[in-house]
Amino acid sequence: MATLGELERSVMDILWDAPDPLAATDIRDRLDGKELATTTVLTVLGRLESKGFVTRERDARPHLFAAATTRAAHMAELMHEVLGTAPDREAVLARFIGQVSAGEADTLRRMLSDK
Amino acid sequence: MTVTWVALAVLAVALAWPVPILLARASWPSRAPATALVVWQAIALAGGLSMLGALFSYGLEPFGPDLASGLAAFPGWVLSGSLPAGTTFLQMFAVSGGILLGLHLVLTLGLTFGRAERSRRRHAQLVQLLSAPMPERPGLRLLDHEAPVAYCLPGTTRSVTVLSAGLVELLDDQQLRAVIAHELAHATQRHHLLLVAFRAWRGSLPWFPIATRALDAVTVLVEMLADDRARQQVPDEALAASIALVASASNTAAVSSLDSGADAAARALAADGDSAERRLTRLITPGRPLGATARAVALVCSAALLAVPTVLIVAPAVVS
Repeated sequence: MATLGELERSVMDILWDAPDPLAATDIRDRLDGKELATTTVLTVLGRLESKGFVTRERDARPHLFAAATTRAAHMAELMHEVLGTAPDREAVLARFIGQVSAGEADTLRRMLSDK
Repeated sequence: MTVTWVALAVLAVALAWPVPILLARASWPSRAPATALVVWQAIALAGGLSMLGALFSYGLEPFGPDLASGLAAFPGWVLSGSLPAGTTFLQMFAVSGGILLGLHLVLTLGLTFGRAERSRRRHAQLVQLLSAPMPERPGLRLLDHEAPVAYCLPGTTRSVTVLSAGLVELLDDQQLRAVIAHELAHATQRHHLLLVAFRAWRGSLPWFPIATRALDAVTVLVEMLADDRARQQVPDEALAASIALVASASNTAAVSSLDSGADAAARALAADGDSAERRLTRLITPGRPLGATARAVALVCSAALLAVPTVLIVAPAVVS
């Protein structure tokens, strides 16, 4: 049983891989292994649209959906935040290791090998 | 009341400058991180309390024999548009300063928590879309990225721990368990609340050692606390190895994989300081944990730190 969050991820994967905007029925057909109603897919698309991940062509009948930006752009946004290089973001993550300088990295390696 | 405000002012100055500098230089906190965190919180709270208390009890002196009656009488005087005889300009200045400082502290805390919550929600959405759950390890998500990173994203109900593919590649099974135990400790002990509070504290008083030193110290201390939790589950060597491996690998891979981040990376670098080195040092040459007596003394001192300004503010009203 896929959660709503996992469904959102599957839908985004389809949109990221598609070269052109897709209708909800196309997306439903590509969600293999899941028997879903088109309304469910539309609900998921609506949630993704309100979060800014998906754009909707309202002139088309039926509406066509596309990813707002590429997967790579989202990944870059996430990694900037993870690495603490995102400007004007309140840090919310507890990273295992923060940034280290090249000098410190050498010191750490030496400390471990001298042991 | 003169005695009260002088004592509070002395305490405020002591807690704003020499005390945090001394504690930041002390070596015992790495031997008892939990105790040291309590002391830092006591210093921050007592510092704020005595700053506000000193301003108000000096400024409200003409309004009543003690702070409580002064506070009670103050709005009436202000509304009537006059002041008690003998009120000096400096005293009005102190009262205004106290009100502004109080508002400033509360607002900054609220704003910082609000901003953190917005970033957290956005990040949680990105994690949801970009990472896959790890079936063999419930509660963990795998991010398909070559940079070796591990982090905990705190949540209101449920926290998420994210590992990158690069990290899983880099570490062996035991080292991976060390990292996971470390991150889960952050989540269960809710360290992010402490960090946001101290970040707000620094945001509101950026020029005070009490705020900047406290944030730096608290940041390292929660890492040590999480390390100690991991050490209960894996040998020290595994944790030490994972710290050194992740640190040196992320130094080469992670930052260079992102363009335009160089300036910000340099800033983050300055902020993180020698945290990894200090964590590794205490794993490789462990000092004995701080004795029970010493820990008790530190806790009693913390309680006293909080009690003194509270008593100074409240007691005159109770006595009279």
